[in-house]
Parts: sequence; structure tokens; C-alpha cells
Amino acid sequence: METTVEKKYTFKDFASDQEVRWCPGCDDYVILRAMQKALPEMGVRKEDVVFISGIGCSSRFPYYMDTYGMHSIHGRAPGIASGVKLANPDLSVWVITGDGDAMAIGGNHFIHALRRNIDLNIILFNNEIYGLTKGQFSPTSLVGQKTKSSPYGNTQPPFSAGELALGAQARFFARVGGNSPKEMAQLFIEAEGFKGTSLIEVLQNCVIFNDGCFSQYTDKKIRADQQLFLEHGKPMIFGKERDQGLVLNGLQLEVVTLGENGVSEADILVHDATEKDPTLHQMLVRLKAPIVTGIIRRCEDLTLEERDDELTVKIKANATFKQTDDLFFAGETYEVH
Amino acid sequence: MIATKTKDSPKALETVVIRFVGDSGDGMQLTGTQFSGTSALFGNDIATFPNYPSEIRAPQGSLYGVSGFQVHIGSVEISTPGDDLDLLVAMNPAGLKTNLQALKPGHTIIVDTDAFTKKNLEKAQYERNPLEDNSLENYRVIEVAMTSLTKGALKGVEGLDNKSITRSKNMFALGMVYWMYDRSTEHTISFFNKKFKNKPAIIEANTRVLNAGYNYANTLELIPNAYSISPAKMAPGTYRIIMGNTATAWGFLAAAEKSGMELFLGSYPITPATDILHELVKHKHFGVKAFQAEDEIAGISSAIGAAFAGNLAITTTSGPGLALKGEALGLAMMIELPLVVVNVQRGGPSTGLPTKTEQSDLLQALYGRNGESPVIVIAASTPANCFDFAYMAAKLTLEHMTPVVLLTDGYIANGSAPWKIQSVSEMPSIENRLVKEAREGWHPYDRDKDTLARNWAIPGMEGLSHRVGGLEKDRISGNVSYMPENHEYMTKIRAEKIQRVQHYIPELTPEFADSGALLVVGWGGTYGSLYSAVKELHDQGNHEIGLAHFNYINPLPKNTAAVLGRFKKILVCELNNGQFAKVLKMNFTNLDLVQFNKVQGLPFGNLELTEKCQQLLQ
Repeated sequence: METTVEKKYTFKDFASDQEVRWCPGCDDYVILRAMQKALPEMGVRKEDVVFISGIGCSSRFPYYMDTYGMHSIHGRAPGIASGVKLANPDLSVWVITGDGDAMAIGGNHFIHALRRNIDLNIILFNNEIYGLTKGQFSPTSLVGQKTKSSPYGNTQPPFSAGELALGAQARFFARVGGNSPKEMAQLFIEAEGFKGTSLIEVLQNCVIFNDGCFSQYTDKKIRADQQLFLEHGKPMIFGKERDQGLVLNGLQLEVVTLGENGVSEADILVHDATEKDPTLHQMLVRLKAPIVTGIIRRCEDLTLEERDDELTVKIKANATFKQTDDLFFAGETYEVH
Repeated sequence: MIATKTKDSPKALETVVIRFVGDSGDGMQLTGTQFSGTSALFGNDIATFPNYPSEIRAPQGSLYGVSGFQVHIGSVEISTPGDDLDLLVAMNPAGLKTNLQALKPGHTIIVDTDAFTKKNLEKAQYERNPLEDNSLENYRVIEVAMTSLTKGALKGVEGLDNKSITRSKNMFALGMVYWMYDRSTEHTISFFNKKFKNKPAIIEANTRVLNAGYNYANTLELIPNAYSISPAKMAPGTYRIIMGNTATAWGFLAAAEKSGMELFLGSYPITPATDILHELVKHKHFGVKAFQAEDEIAGISSAIGAAFAGNLAITTTSGPGLALKGEALGLAMMIELPLVVVNVQRGGPSTGLPTKTEQSDLLQALYGRNGESPVIVIAASTPANCFDFAYMAAKLTLEHMTPVVLLTDGYIANGSAPWKIQSVSEMPSIENRLVKEAREGWHPYDRDKDTLARNWAIPGMEGLSHRVGGLEKDRISGNVSYMPENHEYMTKIRAEKIQRVQHYIPELTPEFADSGALLVVGWGGTYGSLYSAVKELHDQGNHEIGLAHFNYINPLPKNTAAVLGRFKKILVCELNNGQFAKVLKMNFTNLDLVQFNKVQGLPFGNLELTEKCQQLLQ
């Protein structure tokens, strides 16, 4: 179990002495700041925090945090982080990854991490483009998107991170706009508090190669109308006037206006993040107008560590071998004189 | 009936090589293991080698479905499972056909005549029954209707289905061989009692059939009890029979206990390395964390993570898996973490010959990564010393803070031999580089002035937070650095660190001769074959021939050039196209090497080695 401590840090305690080198205006700065602000609120010891990243713009993140960290190789951060956590379950282990790192080169590790449910927190910086290699399409780029490697338009249909994650049995999935630092920090705290693999997809703008890729959802002027920030136990209401809501019409989610056609708040779906059946969560993840943010799914389950510990306790209790000599000299041995 | 075609002289033999062959479902591995276990208890030195198809249950009776187990027992020192057979036990025509060429002319075949049906002969692609066409006249053939005799022995035993009855015919064969070699059935019967504790009918059946085979050979006196293999002279101590892969796993268990560290294995199943995973997952009670990952890359990645967090971390694989792990191994080397990669070599390239042996991953282990990325490379050379070299791999990686590749191969990994059990208390000490407390001016890349090994600060330690990564780092702070001179400095220091390991490994000790006309050179799993061949020549009076066998390959032992220089000719023997010969030529100019290479998925045979040596000695 992670050791909890009384709050004694400020965000400055988590900033390393390294100069941050992302492009000016990049959402990565927002994420970094949100993390540095959230960590003191989590009640974890600073020396227990570990950031593991892969390769890509996002993966420079650990260098900027004054914690333990590893900038590893492309796509493999979930594997390395799994090893860290299994070796020392007391640590708070974070994976920093991007859409290419997690869903292209590291797709296999990503889905298996979600399936196993080791207590890791994965922050997925999704900007629907390859930034560090300077502008090729990624596995989340849209069909038709013109990039350096798709000058006539991308012909490869994209993954939806949320659908992929739920398909891989993610127990905790949240989504947040890259320009919503407060919500983001809150989600980081929630993710740390959740026992099991938590995945947070950040809709992160790349100012250089894919500027405005999420502006139809995240632009400050329109986001209240275009984003539904989900809260567990609360009705799915959004809009500047808080007059829009979601209802289920057959097998489709439908937007309705409160007060029109006799619709009242009682008709609006209430969000249950803990529902084990992922059907509605899948539908919410797919929704485009509005896009859904906040914690979409949060289902408690045993972690891999817990399952393994349970076995280990039983095995240790019945063990006949206390040390290796017991094993080596047991069974069919014979003496030569 | 018995057809005695030639006669064995009834004198005591020093060594005997027996191979049991049959269908992959005939229980040949069990039969062989029982015979070797009993012989070891009797005091013989032994070496064994299983030979099985890569198909789990190949079609019955087919040539490629033949499974075999070879055992070499002796009253003298045994160093290989042997090549030419003294006795072949063939449970079907396919087994006879695929193994006959290994039998010495004039020696004995035991066959189950019941299996020589028209159908089985066709499957084995025999046009005529070899038992009837005189094609075996150079051998002594003992024809036994084993299946019928087994059925007869089990008449009246309750609770057995037809399948269990025919399945126990391997015990009939084993019983016969026990009588022939003057072995007691006691060990095997006590094995039945333990193994089938809750199945009394099976115990009864197997015991009956074993005794029936034994008595068949005895009371009818069809086979002269001509062979007696006396106990071998071995160093006093407590022994057990151990397979190479088990010995490897146990070496790591011992190293973890000795160093006081938790053992973490990240692995993905691959033939022939998987048995190490199978063994280590059993030992949760020792705190072993064995993690079966989603692929080879995740296997090594999880091990790197565990090493970063302070475990003794290892990953196990075979050739193709090492290729997949290459990039991650480069990362471990770059961030200078302790990690052992075990590569149980098999026939390559690509999928190659998964169940056969080869030594063709040496250059991959040395160079199969991007950039200048040297690692320590060592190789075990016998089934039993897989224990020592696994232990040594752990010691070196923890003390020198750099990955170690441990090479074994399918031959020694699956082979078994007596192991003089070593208590952990007798093993050399292991000092890890863990930082105990934060100190002013501490840096993650501070190095030991002798070994150049860096410090190992692990998450959870207050005041030691730091970042590592695959990018080049500043020589002191460990922060990212693109400075040209720093990169060259770091490249050189990482290489120098490996080179200095020379001072911490034993020197090369040639055997049989310290100087002379011919030095036979080998490395890794060929030791047994080379040792037997050189010993044979030495015993015949050739005192000008020596053997230098390498376990340490990167770095090479300090005195390598000196040893090689004391011989007129050097013969480098490898189961590849000459990879170690290349390494030697690269390191020592003006060496006149003769290569002897074999790439057939098989170990060296004694005859081919002695002939080659004799040719060079002339």
C-alpha cells in the first residue's frame, strides 16, 4: 500500500531544474503544471512518485518533474512501469504517453496493461499527430487529414482511445480537454486514488502540426455547449444555460432540451461511472456532439498485485522450503563417499 | 523371438549409451529419466539428452513424431550424453528407422514386435518389414511382443482402460533394461507410489509391467546379463540429477538469497527457454516475482522497471526473442542498470530449428544492438554449471551495474547430469551498489573508481530522486546532454567499464596441456564433447594437445593471448559458422586459427572431433 502523508509540498517541490523545451503554447505545459499542482494534494510521499515515459513530445515529461523518472523507449513505458510497480507496490507509478507511443508502436503493451489492472496511472497525451518526428499522421488522425506522410489525405481510419480502452477492459477511463487545468488536476487526483489502472486521455492541442484539432470541443467560447463534463450520480446536463441533456432513445443517445416537449431533469440520464456493463460508457465515449469529458468509467476490481498477493500469502503459509538450501537438498538426492 | 545375430563379450564396460525411442505419446522421456535416476543412485556418472519433435502430439507412428531420450552412464567420468549407441530401444518402426544410424554395428536393438504392423511400417516408409528382410543383420535384434506381454501382465487388474494398459508398455521396456544393466527396480516403484498416490490401479499396473519386463529378461534368460557398470569415481558430496534449465533457475534463486534481494523474472514463453519460467513461477514462497508478459519486449521492459525499482531482475528467452529484446537491452545498458538476459540458444536464423541446438547467437549477444553498446557476455558449458553461471551473471550485473547476457543452449538446457549440490553459504558473496542514504553532492552517475560501476538509487529513497533515460547523459549529473565531447567520453567509459570486468573473472586455464602442438578451443555448451575428444587423444598418449574452453566472452579472460600463444596450432570448434573464431581474430591479430564448424542442429560427435584433431597433429 502506498504510504500517505499529510500535505507538505507545493507545486514547486515537483518542478525539476531542467529547462522545459516544448513549443511555446503547447498544451503539454498545461498538463505539466496541472500535475505539479495535483501531486501535493494526493498525500503521497514525493520519493514514492515515479514517472515512466516512452518516446515522443509527451515523453520528455519525466525530465521536468523532480521525482524518480525514466524516459524509456518507444511504446514500452507500460511494460517498464508494470515492472516498477510489481517490484515495489508502495510506489505511485505514472505512465506518460502519446497517441503514437500508446496506440501505434506500443499498442500491445497499452491494451495488456489495461487488461491486467496493475495500479498504474496512464496519462495519454492525444494530439492526433506525430509531433516529435514533425508531422506524420498517427493512429488517431482523422481520415482525410493532410499530414507530411499523407499529403493527399489520410486513408487509415482512426482508433478512438476510449473505445480501445473500454474494449481492453479499462476499469478507469477519463477524458479532459488540454486547456482545462483545474478539471485535469482533479482527474489526476482521482486517478491516483483509484486502485487499478487509470487511463486519462488529454485532448492535447499541437500548435505546430495539428493546431486546433480539438478546438470544436475545447474552445473556451463554445466548450460549455460542446463538452459534457460527466459527474458520477449527476444528470448528464450541459450547455451554457445548463438546458441540454442526454436521453436514451432506443440504442442511441439523444440530445434534448430541458423544458421543451415536456422534458424535465427527471428524464435525463444519470451518470453511473461504476456500472460494470460498459455499453452505455461505450456510447458516451463515441459521442461527438457534445463530446464527453470527466470520469466516464470507474469500476473497482482486484488489481493484479492483489490477486498475486493473495496467492503468495497462501503459498508462503504452506511452503515447506524456507530457503534455497531446503529446495536444493530436497527430493531425490544421493551421497557419494 | 530373439534373434542373436552377433555376440557381445560379457565383460564389464566403462560406459554405455542407451536411447529409448517411440511415439511422442509413448512415455520415452519418463522411461529415460527413470533409468538415469536409478543409475545415478547406483553411483554412476550420467549425462542425458531428450530429443523430441516440435509438434506436441505429432501423428502416431510418423517419422517426425518420434520422441527419444538418450542416457550415457559410466563408471568413469561422463561429459556428454554420448553419440554412438550401445543399445537402442525402439517402440515402433518410425523410431527404429530414424535412430538406427546412431547404433554401433554389432550392438543391440530391442523392438516391440507388436508395433511392427503393416500400417506402422507404411507410416515409417518401410517397404518391407526390417525385422524380416535381413537388413538388421549387423545388429543384435531382440524381438519382444511387448504390447501383448504388457496386456498379459495386466490381466485381472481392476479399473484400467485399454489406453492405460497399452500406455504402460514403456515400463516393460524399462524393466528389461534394468535387468540387463543390473539395476534395481526399487527407485522406479517408489516413484510410482509417490506420483500416483491417489491412483492405486495405476501404481499396481505400472509396477506389474515393470516387474514383468524385468522378469521376462531374467527368468527366460533370453539376454545374457553381460553388462555391469560399476559406480564412478566422483568427488564426495551430496548430488542430485539436474537439468540445465533448472540449474539456471536455481542459480538465480541462490543469487537472490545471497544478495538479499527479491528476484524478478519478466518473460515470454519460447522454446527451449520456457522451462526456466516454469521453474521460477513455482517459487513464490521465496518471494520470486515471475511475470509472464504479453511479448518478449514487455518481458525485458518489465525486468528493466523492476531493476529500476531495486529488484534483481532477469529475463529469459531464445534467439528470436533476443532479437526482439535488442532495443530494450540497449536502454538497460545506456541507463546502466543491472539486468540478466538469458538466451537459451537454438538453431537459427529466424524460427530455424526450435528444438535443436546451435551456438549461432554469439555475435547477436555481443553486437545485436544499435550504437556502441557493449554488455557482459558469459556462457555456461554443462547442465550443472548453468547454476554457477546464472549465479555469476547475477553477481556481475549487480556489482558492475551493466546488463549481462548469459548464453546457454538447447543441448545443455535440456540435458541433465549429476550436480554436486552447493549450499548458498558456500557461494561467493554478492555486493550490490544500492545507495543506502542521501548525501550532499550525490549524483546518479557517480562511479566506483575501480569498476566504474555507477550508484543504484531506487524510488522510495528520500533525497535521491533522479531521472534516467535513453538519451545521452551528462557524465556527472545524468541530465540530458548533447555535448559532443561528453558523448564520446560516456561511450568510452561504458566500454571501459565492461573491459575492467577482466579483473574480476577467472583466468583461462587450459586442460591436458599448458603448451604444445594443438590447442582445441571452444566456448559454451560444447565443453562436454570437446573434453571427451581431447581426453581420448590424451589418454592415447597425445600429450601435445590441450583444451581451452571459454565461459567468459566479453570481456575475454586477461591471459587469453598468452594461452593461445603457447600452442603451435589452434582449432576453434563451434556449432555455428565461426563466430567465436571471428571474435578471437578481431581481438588478437596474427593468430593462425583453424575452424571446425558444424551447423546441423546437433552436438559434435566424438569421432569427427578426434579425426579432425589427429589430422592437425600429423
